[in-house]
This record gives sequence, structure tokens and C-alpha cells, in this order.
Amino acid sequence: MPGLIFDVKPYSINDGPGIRITLFLKGCPLNCAWCHNPESISPQVQKMYTKKKCIGCGSCVEECPENALTLTGDGIVTDPDLCKLCGKCAEVCPTLAIEMSGYQATVDDMMKLIRKETRTLDESNGGVTISGGEPMMQSDFLIELLDALGEEGVHRVVDTTGMTSSEKLLEVAERTDLFLYDLKAMDSDIHKKYTGVGNEKILENLKLLAKSGAEIIVRIPLIKGVNIDRKNIKASAEYIADLPGNIAVNLLPYHDIARAKHEKLEQEYESDEFEEPKLEEINRVIGQFAEYGIVANIGG
Amino acid sequence: MNTQNNSPDLSCLPERQANAEGNFYKDYTDSDRIGPGMNERIQRLRKLSFESRPSISIERALHQTAFYKENNGKYSIPVMRALQFLDHCQKKTLYIGEDELIVGERGPKPKAVPTFPELTCHSVEDFQVLNTRDQQQYLVDQGDMDTYEKEVIPYWKGRTMRERIFNHVPQAWKQAYEAGVFTEFMEQRAPGHTTLDGKLYRKGMLDFKADIKTHSDSLDFINDPEATDKAEQLKAMEIACDGAIVFAERHADLAEKMAASEPNEKRQKELLKIAEVCRWVPANAPRNFWEAIQMYWFVHLGTITELNGWDAMNPGHFDQHLTPFYEREITDGSLSRDEAMELVSCFWIKVNNHPAPPKVGITAKESGTYNDFTNINLGGVKPDGSDGVSEVSYLMLEVIEELHILQPGNSVHISSRTPDRFLHAAAKVIRQGHGYPSVFNPDQYVMEMVNMGKSLQDAREGGCSGCIEVGAFGKEAFLLTGYLNVPKVLEITLNRGMDPVGGKMAGIDCGDPREWDNFEQLYEAFLKQLNFIVETKVKVSNYIDRMFAKNAPAPFLSVVIDDCIAKGRDYYNGGPRYNTNYIQCTGLGTVTDSLMALRKHVLEGNKYSWTEMLDALAYNFQGDEKMRQFILNRTPFFGNDDEEADVLAVRVYDDLFKAIDGRPNTKGESFHLNMLSTTCHIYFGLVLGASANGRQAQKSISDGTSPSHGADTNGPTAVIRSLGKLDQSKSGGTLLNLRFLPSLLKRDEDIKKLGQLIRSYFSIGGHHVQFNVVDTATLYAAQKHPEEYKDLLVRMAGYSDYFNDMNIDLQQEIIDRTENESL
Repeated sequence: MPGLIFDVKPYSINDGPGIRITLFLKGCPLNCAWCHNPESISPQVQKMYTKKKCIGCGSCVEECPENALTLTGDGIVTDPDLCKLCGKCAEVCPTLAIEMSGYQATVDDMMKLIRKETRTLDESNGGVTISGGEPMMQSDFLIELLDALGEEGVHRVVDTTGMTSSEKLLEVAERTDLFLYDLKAMDSDIHKKYTGVGNEKILENLKLLAKSGAEIIVRIPLIKGVNIDRKNIKASAEYIADLPGNIAVNLLPYHDIARAKHEKLEQEYESDEFEEPKLEEINRVIGQFAEYGIVANIGG
Repeated sequence: MNTQNNSPDLSCLPERQANAEGNFYKDYTDSDRIGPGMNERIQRLRKLSFESRPSISIERALHQTAFYKENNGKYSIPVMRALQFLDHCQKKTLYIGEDELIVGERGPKPKAVPTFPELTCHSVEDFQVLNTRDQQQYLVDQGDMDTYEKEVIPYWKGRTMRERIFNHVPQAWKQAYEAGVFTEFMEQRAPGHTTLDGKLYRKGMLDFKADIKTHSDSLDFINDPEATDKAEQLKAMEIACDGAIVFAERHADLAEKMAASEPNEKRQKELLKIAEVCRWVPANAPRNFWEAIQMYWFVHLGTITELNGWDAMNPGHFDQHLTPFYEREITDGSLSRDEAMELVSCFWIKVNNHPAPPKVGITAKESGTYNDFTNINLGGVKPDGSDGVSEVSYLMLEVIEELHILQPGNSVHISSRTPDRFLHAAAKVIRQGHGYPSVFNPDQYVMEMVNMGKSLQDAREGGCSGCIEVGAFGKEAFLLTGYLNVPKVLEITLNRGMDPVGGKMAGIDCGDPREWDNFEQLYEAFLKQLNFIVETKVKVSNYIDRMFAKNAPAPFLSVVIDDCIAKGRDYYNGGPRYNTNYIQCTGLGTVTDSLMALRKHVLEGNKYSWTEMLDALAYNFQGDEKMRQFILNRTPFFGNDDEEADVLAVRVYDDLFKAIDGRPNTKGESFHLNMLSTTCHIYFGLVLGASANGRQAQKSISDGTSPSHGADTNGPTAVIRSLGKLDQSKSGGTLLNLRFLPSLLKRDEDIKKLGQLIRSYFSIGGHHVQFNVVDTATLYAAQKHPEEYKDLLVRMAGYSDYFNDMNIDLQQEIIDRTENESL
């Protein structure tokens, strides 16, 4: 069965050991307010429009079978009620101002892309990282892909929010060499406020996974005003320290440039709410983890 | 490493251009230091070198003109040139600067550059332009201009090599040359790119003289018809050796004299040491680290005084040459690491004191460069194939990082045997963002050289000279004869031999494109044109080769290149063991992408008719931005690991090889393909109309074997795979520029990954790669010309997007971040 992919990034150097190729699967059960890749959330194909690339040629307006597009002084405007996301506009757009996010691909398609990278992956002891969105949302595709990678001896990393069925997650764990496991906040209310879901399942799955002997790096996006406070970090450290195995932490300091993609999806983005953490704060967080014997690094 | 005189010949390194000498990131205003340098001596010397303004010295021209007036016709040409070299060595104004440990300047002071009127004679107007232009200015004294006008110019009028060449060249050559289809290196400067091997550290000039005598004595005047010519040539070499010895002795005398009146006891000692060194080398083989550096420097000065060869002169594997001295002296305690580093720093600054001799016919716009392209090879392999990295290699990397001056250029040579530690040390210097060191693959270039007929050992002792061209060090004359504007060849093909920019014929008529209905017809016409152009160029190259062989022999250079003494022949006359002529093809990416666009959209897709396409090119896509954007975004381009585009690139590359490789040169050997572009892609772009890949008129064409600017949108691993499909062992050098944002090189772990990327490129046959760590200036440029920077991917943890796709505020934010991240 095919998967829905929204991006493939070779020369990924922040998503696990060595040089990797990262596949981004579309669809996510969380809806984080700060999401840097908002096109990852919807499990459907979406239309993205980059206004500054539009030269106003009107090709898309002519092509649209639903008459959903209008050329205005402010670029192309789409009527969401009429648009059926057929993608014809993107096919004719000469500047790629309109692009469809999300395409169907089979495991074979992906393996062909990945095999091209073999030399670099081998040279660097790298591999493939499957990220999202939440790759577990397409668990059948994910498992098939992981098996195919396993057959060719490729190192496999799965980047997950943990918001998924425990049973499926353990099934995936059998064919995964390393998990990058996102942990946004320890207080479930706060978690719910910013991501749309509580964290109970996520914490439970993290524990299950750790007990299963899976190799895990916990990733924490550091966002001022959300989760950088001493209390949350302390709670996170305590939780992680209690888990079996040696779990390291990667800190991903929030940055403000997420706005770009929200604009493309013609979405509102309330970035004012969040602040980038200062280096001193990050260092304080690293120190807090160290108190529990946990190694925390900046970046992935 | 020239382009022609009317090209903006800046340096090997794009973005960070020739004037990028200096200190980019460190701020010394709050410190006691006056600038970069390991200690106060080096800081002062560097400051003097950095701040000295290049100037013209007419002393050499005066000596030479007087000597020619007096002696021309009395001797054979080689002997006369050697005597003139000796004469200049006896009279030249010397310079020993305060603080200096390594001594000798080509001119009377740092950055004073002589002229070479026998090759190309500057007019008074040339001097005035040089003296006043904004960029790459050379100061010229008014009195000197008057003297030149009286003493030098009248004698050389009509006698210079350049005038004689231009009087000779056929019409077809002139037309193509003027249209910018190719350039010619040797119309302004002598053939160069010479690089030395290790013999200088085992033999002094007296030893060379003994060799010369042996060969002279064994000449067979009865059976060898060339014996007389050889005798003259050998005599000239012997005289040239004396020139170098006299030059050094005079420095020794001066140092002793200065010591006698030097109040500072420490400096007095240094001056006496300098005198001792100069009494010994270059007459004898060096005995220690200091003498070894001074030995090379005297030889370097000799060759760049004798003639103005391209790429000045190169020491080759300087770290390998100095290592035995270093190790011995460190062990016996006679040299400390810091002392060694200080001497190496002095040498580096010496090279920086020597800007390239300026060309003639210059205008303010056609600015040229100060860079004379001495390139130091670090690491690599030894002649026996083992790893060449030593402590001296690391020490030199430290000097490079600390001094960051324009010259000398430097490169690291990473074979499969090179330790990661060295690769990482080099990558850390790359991260600084100066554009160097560039990175070479000895495993690949040894194969290239063996493929061109060199012995394995000679190939291993080779490496790269000025830019990316390879040669067997100390044994080869590898002449770059000029760049070939491959996209221009396609342009004139599409215009039936006419240059649409200049409106004149520049090639031959290979048919009317409107009558072609399949790609093979187009391609066949392109190849026919290519062969015509290559033949036109080769004819004149061969003529120029003979002109230099007969009229401008280089006896001093011949002494230090095997097997000139043994053969009794000059460097320019087939004396070296290997004699290669290269033609450097520029714009592989642009021409491949243009052919691809014609195939996809005109010949196969029928999206546009020939008339529509030819009109769009003629009118520079004006009024049809939609068409241009469609082509730019909907054509498979080279550099994306796209099979269709890459197969075409390989086909073009192979056909360039066939058109050039194996054509005989005048020394019984042959022409070979090179894929070097230096900055000629900028000039070639200026003379080129719009191209079918959507590139607008006058914009640069692609450099080296890099993808067209912005055409590679699949990241660096796809680029290296595309390049890996070319059989790079067929050429004497390919060139790949990769752009990186500093955020990709932040952590030590990232440095490791950069090293792994390099190794994976080299494992699939890469010859060279260099990295532009993007600075804020580049990002501003990307804002202005987005289509040339489509490959600029901004990556931060959890996020990536193309710079072009971001709105102006976010771009500004990235620019601010880049500024802060650039250390």
C-alpha cells in the first residue's frame, strides 16, 4: 500500500547518526501551535501557494476545472469550497508558486530514492530517518518500509510523537534501530493547550518502549512560555531518569521562522506567543538534565 | 590562471573574491594585537603586506631594454636571455625588511611588480588606468611613466610577443576570439602553472651546474644534429644558475652590512643568520628547515623574475618537502614548533607580497586580480603511495587559519589513506568561510595522470597547481592554453555561425535549426561547430608554443624541471619529461541544460516552436517571463541525479574529450581536456546572449563542472552523484563548488559529516570540491537574483525551506542569523 509523503531530504545531519535521508510522512494527531512544518499535520494532499513566486500569468486560473481560482491584485485567491485539490493548477504553474504538498509513493519508490544515497549513508554510518507528521499514522506503510530497509541492512530511525497505539508502536520497535521520541510538556493540560491532545498516552508509550529495550533519544522543543520553565524540565528529567536504559536528550530550541510555511498554507500563525530561548536558559536546561545524569545536547 | 584581458578575472573562489583579503570575522579593535599573526613579528609583517599598495616597478624593464639594446644579436637567444637574467640579478635593488626572516622580493619593495615588455609592453595609457582605477589598482610613479615612454616603449614597439602573435593569427581565430568563444592565455603572459618537486631540497645550484657540465661534455657534435642548440641551451642554464647564486650572495652582503649598524642585538643576530642562510642556498642543498624555505623562495623569485608565467610558481607538496628537516630538527632540539611556524608564516607573507603582474589593454571595468595563484598542496600521498600528512601539514593549516591572506592559495589532498583527523582539521578551516582550502582527491588525479601517460611514481609526486589543473610536479610543462565557452559554441550553432551579440560571424554555418526535427540533428551540428572551434584554437596555440620556444626560452626554470638538462632543451621546447597542453572547457552545466531544454520543449514536447524559442533567445525572453519560468522549473537539469539530464551531460563531456584529447602539440605530445573555469564563467556569461535553459543574457554560465547556478535543488548528495557519473579520469581536472550555509557546519559533528560527504564524493571518482560557506553578502545576492540561488536551502532542526521561498522578513532573519553564526 502506498504512503503519503510530503518531503524527502537527503543530507540530513540533524536526524540521527551519520548522514541520513529523511522521509516526511504526512498526517499528525498533534496540532502543535509552533509547528514548523504545518503541511505535515493534515493527512490529505494540500495546496501550497508562495505568493512571491507568482508572476500573475493566470495559467492556473485557466486550467482549473472547478473555477476555484481568481487572479487578484494580491495574487491568486482560492475558493476552498470549490477547490477539489486535483492539482492541475500546480501542474501548469510555471514558477512553482503553486505546489501540492503530499504525494502517494510506494515502498519501492522510496527504496529507489534511498538506494541512490547508499554511498553517502555507508560512508558516514548513516541511514534513513522516517519522520512526519507522525509516521505511525501510516503504520502499515511504515512497517513495510522498515522491513524493506532492514533487508538491505540500512540503519533505521523513526521520529515519533508517541501519540499512537501501543501495540503498533511495539511492532514498529522490532524493526527500528533508534527512536527520536518527542516530548513537549509534562503537564497534560499544558500539553493539551498547545498540541490539542493530552500527554498520558505519550508518556505511557515512552515507558513501554524503553522497557522493550528500544534505543531512544528524547527530543524536546524548547519554547519559552511553554515548556522551558524549571518545573517542566525537572519533571521531564525525573521521568526520563526513571526509565530503563540510557536515554539521551536532544534539545531543539524554538525559532521564529515557522511563519513561512503557515503563510503558504494561507493559515494564521500566532507566533507572538512564543519566544526563542536564550543561550543561558538552554544551558540551564542542560544543567538540570545533568543533575539526573542525563546527557542533553542542542540539536538532533 | 587567466581569463583574457577583458574578463573580470578574480580568483578561483566565487563569492569570496580576490579583494577578499583580510580579516573577516575577528575584531581586533579591543585587543593589543595589531592584527592576525602568531606573534608580534608576524602581525607586523602581515600588516605591512596587507596594507602595502601594489605598485609597478620599471627596474626590470629598464635593465632588460638596455641589455637587449646592447646585446641583441651577439649571442644565441637562450644565452642572451640567461645573460640578461644574470645582469638583472647583479643590479636589481634589494630589499630586506624589518622583522623579516625569509628574504627576497621580485621588486624593490613588497608588492612592487615588474613589467615584462618583451612579452607585452604597457603603454602610458595602460599605466594611467592602472594608477587610477578603483579596483585592483597598481600605483605608477609619474616619473617612471615618462622614463618608460622614452626608454622602454620605443624599443619594444612591434617586437613584443603579443604584437607578433596578433599579427599572425588567422581571421577565423580573431572572429571567434573577439566573440568570446575562447580565450588565449599566452597572449599576455608566458606559459606557467609550473610546480616543483623535492629535488631542490637535495640539490643546490652548484649541483645543477655539475649536471649541466656532464651533459654538455657528452654532447655528440658529429652525430646529433641538435647538439649545437643543446650546447647553447645548457650554457644558458649554467649562466642562469649563477644568476640565482649572485642574487643570494648580494642578500648575504646586504644582511651583513645591515647587521653591522643594527643597534638591536637580537635583530643583529637574525641578520647574521639571514646572511649565513643566503651564503649557503641556493648554491648548495639546504641543511635545515630555515634554509629549505629560503631555498624554495629564491628559486620561486628566479622563475617569476625571468618571465611572468601563469600561476606564478608553486612549491607543490611543501609540507612533505619540509617534513624531513622539521622532524630532524625537532628531535635534535635545534628547532621548536613555534620557530617553524614563524618561518612558515614569514614565507606565507612573502608570497602575499607578490601580486600578479597586471595585463595590458586594461580598462577600469576589466580589473584583473592581484592573485598570482600560487597553490600549496597539503597532505596527499608520497611518491611511494603512502600517506603524506605530517605535523608540518597541521602546522600549515594553522598558519592558513591564523593569517587568512589572499596568497598563497592552498588545498588539502585527501586520499583514502589520509587520516580523518587531517580532513577534520581542514574542514574546520573551511568552516571559517574564506573559501579555502579546496579539497582534492589524489586517488583520482593519480589515475588521471597515469591515463595521460605519466609513470605512477611521477603521478603520485604530482598534484594541483594554481586552481584545479593537475600535473607531475617538477617534471612537466602543463600549459593551459585558454578557456572554451561551450554554451557560446551552442549559441553560434543556433545562429548559423553568427555571434548574435556582436553581430559578426564567429564560427561556421551548420544549418538552419528550423529545419531540425530531432535532437540528433541539433547535436550533430553542435559537434561540427565544436570541432571547428577547437581546431581554430589549436592552430594558434601551436603557433604560440613555437614562438615561446624560439624567442622566450626560460633557462632558469629549465634548470629545476626534469629532464630539461638531460635533454638539453628548454622548458618551452619539450625539455620537460611531460609536455601537456590543456583546453579548459567552461559551462558544462549551462550547455547541458540548454540542450535539454531544446530537446524537451522544442524537439520532443513541441511546447514551443523553433521560431518561438529562437525569438525568445534573441529578445532575452523579454515579454515572456512565463516561458522562461516554465523552462527554468520544468526541465530536468544537470546536478540533481536526474538520469536523463546526467546522461546528456556525460555525452557532452565525452564529446568535449573526443574533440580535444590526443590532438598533437608541438612537443611530440598532445592536447587534453580540462574542466577548469576559474572566474572565466563570468566573462563568458557577459558575452553570451540568453540561453535555452532560461538563463538571461550576460549572466554567468556554470563554473567548472558544477551545475548551473541554482539548477541543483536536490541537495549536495545529488550533486556529487551527478558529477560522479562523468568519467573524471578523462580530464586534467574538474571543479565543483558547493554552497553551504554556516548552520550546516556549526557543530564538530557537522564537520565530521562534511568530511564524510567529501569522502563519498571521492569514492565515486570526484577530483575536486570546494565549499562556499555562504555569508550574508551571498544571501543579499540571493534576494536580488533568486533564480540563481534556488539551491539555497535553509535548514534548522525540525525545519527546512528554500531561502527563495521565504518572505523578505524571514529572509532578513536568516541573514541576521548567518551573520551571527559566522563565528
